[in-house]
Amino acid sequence: MAKITFDGIEVEVPDGTTILNAARKIGGGVVPPAMCYYTPLKGSGGKCRACLVRVAAGSSKDPRPMPKLVASCITPVQDGMVVENTTSQQVLDVRKGIVEMLLINHPLDCPVCDQAGECDLQNFAFEHGVSTTRYEEERRTFEKIDIGPYIQLHMTRCILCYRCVYTADQLTEARVHGVLGRGDASEIGTYIENTISNDFSGNVIDVCPVGALTDKTFRFKQRVWFTKPVNAHRECGHEKCAGHVTLWYKGKDVLRVTARKDEYGEVKEWICNECRFEKKETADWVIEGPAHINRSSVISANHYELPVINPQVIADLPESTVRELEQNPPLKLGGLSGTTF
Amino acid sequence: MGRKLLTEHVNVEGIETFAVYRKHGGYRAVEKALKMTPEEVVEEVKKSGLRGRGGAGFPTGLKWSFLAKPEGVPRYLVCNADESEPGTFKDRYLMSKLPHLLIEGMIAGSYALGARTSYIYIRGELLYVMRILEKAIAEAYAAGFLGENIQGSGYSLDLHVHPGGGAYICGEETALLESLEGKRGNPRNKPPFPAVQGLYARPTVVNNVESLASVVPILNMGGDEYAKIGLGKSTGTKLFSACGHLNKPGIYELELGVPVEEFIYSDEYCGGIWKGRELKAVVAGGSSVPILPKELILKTAAGENRLMTYESLSDGGFVTGTMLGSGGFIAMDETTCIVKNTWNFSRFYHHESCGQCSPCREGTGWMEKVLHRLEHGHGSMHDIDLVVSVAKQIEGNTICPLGEAAAWPVAAAVRHFRDEFEWHVTHPKEATAPGAVYRGNMVLA
Repeated sequence: MAKITFDGIEVEVPDGTTILNAARKIGGGVVPPAMCYYTPLKGSGGKCRACLVRVAAGSSKDPRPMPKLVASCITPVQDGMVVENTTSQQVLDVRKGIVEMLLINHPLDCPVCDQAGECDLQNFAFEHGVSTTRYEEERRTFEKIDIGPYIQLHMTRCILCYRCVYTADQLTEARVHGVLGRGDASEIGTYIENTISNDFSGNVIDVCPVGALTDKTFRFKQRVWFTKPVNAHRECGHEKCAGHVTLWYKGKDVLRVTARKDEYGEVKEWICNECRFEKKETADWVIEGPAHINRSSVISANHYELPVINPQVIADLPESTVRELEQNPPLKLGGLSGTTF
Repeated sequence: MGRKLLTEHVNVEGIETFAVYRKHGGYRAVEKALKMTPEEVVEEVKKSGLRGRGGAGFPTGLKWSFLAKPEGVPRYLVCNADESEPGTFKDRYLMSKLPHLLIEGMIAGSYALGARTSYIYIRGELLYVMRILEKAIAEAYAAGFLGENIQGSGYSLDLHVHPGGGAYICGEETALLESLEGKRGNPRNKPPFPAVQGLYARPTVVNNVESLASVVPILNMGGDEYAKIGLGKSTGTKLFSACGHLNKPGIYELELGVPVEEFIYSDEYCGGIWKGRELKAVVAGGSSVPILPKELILKTAAGENRLMTYESLSDGGFVTGTMLGSGGFIAMDETTCIVKNTWNFSRFYHHESCGQCSPCREGTGWMEKVLHRLEHGHGSMHDIDLVVSVAKQIEGNTICPLGEAAAWPVAAAVRHFRDEFEWHVTHPKEATAPGAVYRGNMVLA
């Protein structure tokens, strides 16, 4: 086990844990953002540089600070390490720069993008960026590429996190897509317009942090924050698919099916294309109940959780009222995370 | 002229053949090494104080001693012959003229590291050099210096030449290893370092061509003797590829410690600036190191003579100093437009960025576009600060050193030649006129 201090908070994690995962163990506002790292995907991380942190002391054996900021998603902890994230102005400034870099060639077509509302880049830019840009030049654009009947690839929005490449590589036997070209001209593509046709290809939509890979069966049907997520499962015949999914309802219609994600947007269990694209009737599924979204994003706008009262408001209420509310809660009290009002 | 350790016999007729090379004392270092233990060979290189000749200047012996040596796991020595830094062409010269010197150095190095298979990863454009190397390797096999049981010592080694596809990024050691494995040449995240997990996830040492070639004189004369050559911690001799506006551009082997002024102006070396013009600026170690104006390249900020050593060139840090780098010495005369030159370098890095990590992928293109604007008279004062700010956002935040290599020359050019950038903004017509060059307040037509 290794004990580290992250933003002044001590946490103990097994050896070999990355700084990012140690921070996630603490949770809350100190967790560095991650645009390319994805726990279920081996080899992911280190590319977007959104999670850079300052190591103020390398370890108890060698307490020198590290000369450069390090990518917390791939740097393992050392016993006695002291890490600064939100407490370091340097880190916050660099992160602002990373947002700017990621956005200079991003089309910012959120109003017509299906990912809007559950987009990692939107959240990242909103939390860490500035609202203006210094970029005056023309943005990089690509033609849309047809990669099959289910998935739309729109490279113009891509931030080259490589997640979909790792997904396709690690989930299926025959990978047909990768990165072509280099520099800011590099693009995700299937070599010479191949279609992606394996049974698990749909998962690349779930791992995509932006709207570069979208579900053709859901495109332009509905803004995600107008749909209600419901967990459900079915007996899936596919050996690798457990059939545990989230259905997104608008009224009585299932508009789309996705894998279940945790609070960092990471897929818990991969699902097959049949579950994702072809089972869009309530009758196909065993409903478990509303899906809880722990992220503070507009997709939680229609969440089923009870709203949380700001602790400051509670402090001002008479004690008898608070006790009554606790015993008979129309509202959930306190809480550090989640929506407050 | 100082001693020549690497290029002593370079002009001998037929030196690229095994027979002639052997006649001039070739492969003595291998014979000597095979009689020593591998540890002794490493110790000899450590004592020599040899510093990596590829650009970073990391002590070679120390790098060798870091190699992990787990039982029953193969280790590799890889020669980085992907020389593609603008201004640097010493390795190409060395390999095409003295292929056996590199092979000899690689045999000694592989023996010291316990590698049974070694690779020369050569830049794709150097196809003709690859043919020379392959011919020389075949000769070395025939003479029993490669293959099974070399010279009856019981040590066996296979040596392969592998061409890259001509990407600058594959000169970064982990991108090189990826490419050698047959993958896309993207730099890896570190740690793990190649000394622990390199080629095929095995412990690997990656060395520059000239570093490996230098092992030969080190073993021949002994590490202690080698350390006496040069100055301070910059030991031995180093090849410099001088280019630009010089009377005698070319490859020079220098004992480290020659004053920069002597190197540029002495008839023994570059013979001064061509056409009787004035020197304006020098990029001392390949395009990625900071550019310095004449006053700062000849003398340090403290007024001392600047010498061709690792320490002297980096004296003053990046504020008033530069780096020795790979030895690509680019001299620019008074008619050179620094803005255009900076844009040109920036264009190169934009083209060569692998596109893996966001600051470099987006930032190199952005810098190039802003510099293009400035050079063509469409820039504003704000753009000058912008380009420095973008350079700062890239520097230190990328996976591999290409980010820094792209950011340093831009930041340094603005640092030392800001008035020229401003002139491009205030006098767009004059600045874009053909052949016009800024010199102080006057325009040189």
